[in-house]
Amino acid sequence: MRHHRSHRSFVGLAIASAVLAASCGSGDGSDEASSGDTVAVGAPPNEPRTVTSGDGVEDVSGVTLVTYDSFPEADTSLNDALDRFTAATGIDVQILVAGDTGTMLSKAALTAGNPEGDVMWGIDNSFLSRAIDDDIFEPYLVGGIENIPSELTELVPNGEATPVDFGDVCVNYDIGWFDDRGLEPPSTLDDLIDPAYAGTLVVQNPATSSPGLAFLLATIDEYGTDGWQAYWQALGDNGVEVVESWTQAYYERFTWAGGGPTPMVVSYGSSPPAEVIFADPARDDAPTGVIADTCFRQVEFAGVLRGTPATAEARQLVDFLAGADFQNELALNLFVYPANTTVELPQEFTDHAVVPDDPRSLDPVVIDENRSAWIDEWTELVLG
Amino acid sequence: MNRLPRSVVAALAAVPAAALAVFFVWPFATIVSEALSGAAIRDTVTRRSTWEIVWFTSWQALLSTIVTIVIGLAPAAVVARFDFPGRGVLVGLLTAVFVLPTVVMGAAILALLPDALDRTVLAIVAAHVVFNLAVVVRLVGAMWELLPTDMEAAAATLGASRWRVFTDVSLPLIRPALTAAATVVFLFSFTSFGVIRVVGATGTRTIEVEVWRRATQLGDLGGAAVLTLLQLALLGVVVAWSTTLQRRHSRALGLRLRSPRRVPSGRSEQRVVTAIVVGTFAVVAAPLAALVIRSFSTPTGWSTAAWTDLGRTEIRPGLRVGVDPWNAVVNSLTTAVWATTFAVTIGALASLAIAAAGQAGRFLDAGLMLPLGTSAVTIGFGMLITFDVAPFDWRASWWLVPVGHALVAVPFVVRATLGVLRSVDPDLTAAAATLGASPTRAWYETVVPYLWRPLAAGAGLATAISLGEFGATSFLSRSGGETMPIAIERLLGRTGSILQAQGYALATMLAAVTVLVVVLTDRVQSFTRPTTSRRRG
Repeated sequence: MRHHRSHRSFVGLAIASAVLAASCGSGDGSDEASSGDTVAVGAPPNEPRTVTSGDGVEDVSGVTLVTYDSFPEADTSLNDALDRFTAATGIDVQILVAGDTGTMLSKAALTAGNPEGDVMWGIDNSFLSRAIDDDIFEPYLVGGIENIPSELTELVPNGEATPVDFGDVCVNYDIGWFDDRGLEPPSTLDDLIDPAYAGTLVVQNPATSSPGLAFLLATIDEYGTDGWQAYWQALGDNGVEVVESWTQAYYERFTWAGGGPTPMVVSYGSSPPAEVIFADPARDDAPTGVIADTCFRQVEFAGVLRGTPATAEARQLVDFLAGADFQNELALNLFVYPANTTVELPQEFTDHAVVPDDPRSLDPVVIDENRSAWIDEWTELVLG
Repeated sequence: MNRLPRSVVAALAAVPAAALAVFFVWPFATIVSEALSGAAIRDTVTRRSTWEIVWFTSWQALLSTIVTIVIGLAPAAVVARFDFPGRGVLVGLLTAVFVLPTVVMGAAILALLPDALDRTVLAIVAAHVVFNLAVVVRLVGAMWELLPTDMEAAAATLGASRWRVFTDVSLPLIRPALTAAATVVFLFSFTSFGVIRVVGATGTRTIEVEVWRRATQLGDLGGAAVLTLLQLALLGVVVAWSTTLQRRHSRALGLRLRSPRRVPSGRSEQRVVTAIVVGTFAVVAAPLAALVIRSFSTPTGWSTAAWTDLGRTEIRPGLRVGVDPWNAVVNSLTTAVWATTFAVTIGALASLAIAAAGQAGRFLDAGLMLPLGTSAVTIGFGMLITFDVAPFDWRASWWLVPVGHALVAVPFVVRATLGVLRSVDPDLTAAAATLGASPTRAWYETVVPYLWRPLAAGAGLATAISLGEFGATSFLSRSGGETMPIAIERLLGRTGSILQAQGYALATMLAAVTVLVVVLTDRVQSFTRPTTSRRRG
């Protein structure tokens, strides 16, 4: 079945070379990284695979892609792309859904070294530092890393994982609601505490919701670790509503999608194009807009899971996940932006999505160190 | 009942005991021993929020249980005692509500409650009551149906009011079933997760929610393990107390195999029965109606697209959603068939063993209840690190999900069966023995015929539990297809009016499939009912 021994040497080589790559090119951009790449790729994707299972018989090989629960298991063009990978390489890809991102990471941490699968898709920057500390990934510099912008790759200077897509969590507003009242929608975080917008925003609890946490991080980015508390105090005074999950916020409370009372909601930068693409009846213009100043950047990563018995195949899959064929399908299936800059965005996206010029972000290490304390403090302040 | 040979009892108990040990005790012990540490215990015990959470969890569960039992008794009695048009559908609808995904049910509850009550504890209690009515009606009803009517009739003839008949005759007789139902409702409310997150005020946490949050969102497995143990200890006390109560209140009764259901007679009786039936219909139909309505509504008006597009692979040219509703239905049904098979086999063997084993049976009885009271995330994580080396490398095996469902469903089969088994008159078995039957034969002939009715009720609940199960399913890693609740959650987790409406359409289908399954089990049950009735007294 799987071939355990033959790839151990590659593991050692990969770690050694990744450390080497990191030490000579620490965060200096893509040139060093891509030169490191040629060193780190233990098994070039196009080299014929030498399958040496115990009895010497060539088996049909396969890898398991561990992913979060919004990743489609079948029947989409994303799955078709994976089928093309199988057709080209002979490597079968099985999708294993491990839960939401937090659950997936906790499982991977528990099984680090003896993972459930071979490749993981979907750890985001708010969990990245925990994933690295828990040592779930085996460093690997992806083939074609020169096609990924350096501001993404420098989040993983040691090559633990590969940035594969990004998106933004932003305040969305109901365009019709504001038009009807002749009111200009807010344009900054500061505007949200203006009494003119009292009672118009619903957010998610950062303790239990990933967009909720991203919005809290956006405010920490703007007002600093000592200033966000006062901002949230003011948001509370201005009647911000807090609910537990995205589904509740968007489909129960938001004026546009849920017939609720609240015309602004924390959602995604890609929600307006999704509203056009999945509109019933069909429509040409987005019913919702995005307030660019509120956007917090989420970057998702894929990586080889440490302890996989199929390192070479796992690396080939990671190369494919970051390659143009697969990246092409991301926008319309996961509603995220491909990390690969050679990919063109679909028309619906370029027409209706807002990509903020300067999205907010925080260092993953800082997020991880403070997440728990910030959430506790937020809970005390806003719910307490 | 104690007449079965010891070796037979041991053989009966072996399968359920082994299943419990392998799929519950072992993974649970593994995860707890892995995660537990002195520091985690200290941190958890000294954290003020821990005790606030424990206190809130306990009192909301107690309140939910009391209200559910009080409200559930009337429909249980009516369903057990009377024949009326739509009886099967009423039971089906009750069960359908029981399996609705909380995200869907929560939306209906919030829509129906006056705004002032939204996100209060009352909303939580209301949701628990509506959800768990089926538990009371089915568990208590299954027992009530088998009770002889003559005692009630005699009391009534002697001039007792309807209320006196209920409090002095029926209530003492159904107490074991009532205790069983109360225990299950308490367990469900105590370990409530989805309801709390959807209808509770933001930040409201039960122990179960906090375990999930620590284990998955914060990566604090130690804290989660301590809380899981705390939850299990508290529930262990409740379960031990309730199984003792059930044994104490059990008595031999002249049970009936034939349903003594009748058409309500007399004006006042007709009026009472009608009021109860209509009231129950209203309570369960409201959330279901809300589902159907939302499957037709879009932000800009009404549309049938969710239904006409259901199962169409392409929403727009080249654009597919990746949720195949028919596939989800098939996956759910397949899973439910396996889960029910496991649960009924294990549950039937366990009930027989428990009823025959005396004191030792209490351990098995309480043990089988424990998975109900254990956080799903804990078990999911436990299985992950337990079944990870050959020959136990079962992670992501297809049958792990149905086994997880069966763990949750077994207590229902046991609860439904045990009360009836304990009530079988030992004189019957003795008479058979006197007539020359071997102990095993005597027991087989006199006890087993009473099993079918409660087993069918248990099987119906087990199927329903499996169809609607979300927690364990979402915590066990899985490949190869989504069940309906998972697909609904995924559709409602994305932006776009088509996806939302399809989510509700799929939820409507889940409810419809459940009603169908329940109505069918009732049919099968009436076919398997033995034709020879042993009339006594």
